[in-house]
Amino acid sequence: MDVGRGSGRDDVVEYEPVIGLEIHVQLSTRTKMFCGCELSFGEPPNTRTCPVCLGLPGALPVANAKAIHFGLMIGMALESELAPRSIFHRKNYFYPDLPKGYQISQYDEPLCRGGRLADVRVHRVHLEEDAAKLVHVGESGRIHASDASIVDFNRGGTPLAEIVTEPDVRSAEQAGEWLRLLRVTLGRLGVSDVNMEEGSLRCDANISVRPAGSDEMGTKTELKNMNSFRFIERGIKAEVIRQEKLLARGEKVVQETLHFDPSSGRITTLRSKEEAHDYRYFPEPDLVPIAVSEEMLDTARASMPELPLARAERFEHDPSYMLDTEVAKTLAFRTDLGDFLELRRPESPDEARVRANLIINELAPRVGTDVPLADSMVTPDAVVTISGALMRKEISIGGARQAFDILVEEGGDADAIIEREGLMSAEGGDELAAVVEAAIAANEDAAQKIKAGNPKAIGPIVGYVMRETQGRADGGEVTRLVHEQLGV
Amino acid sequence: MIDRDEVLHVARLARLRLSEQEIEPMAAELSSVLDNIAKIEELNLDGVPPTSHVVEVTGRLRADEPHEPLPREVALAQAPAVSDDGFLVPSPQA
Repeated sequence: MDVGRGSGRDDVVEYEPVIGLEIHVQLSTRTKMFCGCELSFGEPPNTRTCPVCLGLPGALPVANAKAIHFGLMIGMALESELAPRSIFHRKNYFYPDLPKGYQISQYDEPLCRGGRLADVRVHRVHLEEDAAKLVHVGESGRIHASDASIVDFNRGGTPLAEIVTEPDVRSAEQAGEWLRLLRVTLGRLGVSDVNMEEGSLRCDANISVRPAGSDEMGTKTELKNMNSFRFIERGIKAEVIRQEKLLARGEKVVQETLHFDPSSGRITTLRSKEEAHDYRYFPEPDLVPIAVSEEMLDTARASMPELPLARAERFEHDPSYMLDTEVAKTLAFRTDLGDFLELRRPESPDEARVRANLIINELAPRVGTDVPLADSMVTPDAVVTISGALMRKEISIGGARQAFDILVEEGGDADAIIEREGLMSAEGGDELAAVVEAAIAANEDAAQKIKAGNPKAIGPIVGYVMRETQGRADGGEVTRLVHEQLGV
Repeated sequence: MIDRDEVLHVARLARLRLSEQEIEPMAAELSSVLDNIAKIEELNLDGVPPTSHVVEVTGRLRADEPHEPLPREVALAQAPAVSDDGFLVPSPQA
């Protein structure tokens, strides 16, 4: 059923969105949640199954210690309360991707309760098993369209952590930004490969709107299974607008599960209302309770890395870094960039800033994202050399860029490359001053205009100097020398 | 007392088709199960936590080490229908 299009807007009453997020994270264990089948990465269908994950009669699940370890690490990162004892429940529903007729999940005694990440409170974190993959046989298949599906149980039983937030999010943009933070945090923990395209991180959003400033909660809808930040933001935006329009017309929002189609911008209902949640949860009798021991807590604590948010704070406020907020965040949120900076202690905050900018603006784009910076041809020392040469004005930023072009391809010693390629800045006082003098002489008109108070006339003079020095002069230094020589 | 509508609701959730003659007896049977369980309410259970597990064992976890999976032909052997190396099922969307 088509229930609306996410476009257009009636601005009569101001509404405020109230959004809660549910995130499913596939955990990077070797084996499944309740059996020893290895996790699947594109293996042929149904080659990673056993009686447990096929739900054969008599098979007994046993919880994976590593998955619980990862769950505890997530709870620690989100400042949750870790339950000393938690239990699994059966969530009953019939669907072909669920061989037992129920999913093993957690219900009223989850592993982690409460918590917070930045500006959003966390309600709970629990562990569960993923469903199998259903391939609907289309018209191109051998079976007639729409009357058959094929089940691949390789994914069935993959450990998931479900993170549920409080309804603290107030906009699509905030949702996107928070999810990015969650993603880098989970990635840093090493508990998941957080690959959204491959479904390792999936997000549902519970969305309602209310008159701005009101304390009431409106009727919410659930937007399902969005697997990119862009779709999440667009989907939430479209649903907020749809609800605002309904309310503005005096109609009611119906509680339902929705699907956002990013290609059309359309929002459609996913399940019919008769299938409203009736999961008849009850304690899973085949699994004993999880008792979190001091030893398990110690092991999890010892595995905790410095988290991206804390690292960004440190880069911003540590006296040896003092980086701008955005620079600090960029380095902290891409672990390999931050690591690369930290491989060599900065000589001063200025040096840290210059080197950080080189890493972010010059090195990272040249290396790309396929390999971590540390695995590229460029050594941390080479970047230290270039930042030092830049600070001493021995090379210009143009020269630095040429050096990076070569370093990324060949690696090697930065000093040797600067020497070999003649990247030394043409500056060095007298030499550059002489070139500037010649440039002024060759552009009398421009010089007069500058003297008459038109600083923009400097273009041809700088152009002359750059041609003469093959771009190796420092632009700022040239301007300074021109002004000096012209006495302005 | 479980009524007819509840029987039909639970049957539908379990994907069971009940014949007209089966509905009333099922309602009576399910009601008597509940009546039996309700007997526990005769006891004073203040401060007694719900018994989710009969034997209080904890900490039985499995090391994250792989076992040999079933060969696919074995996994698929008992499936009523197979296609493209997978279990063929009626489409849930049909």
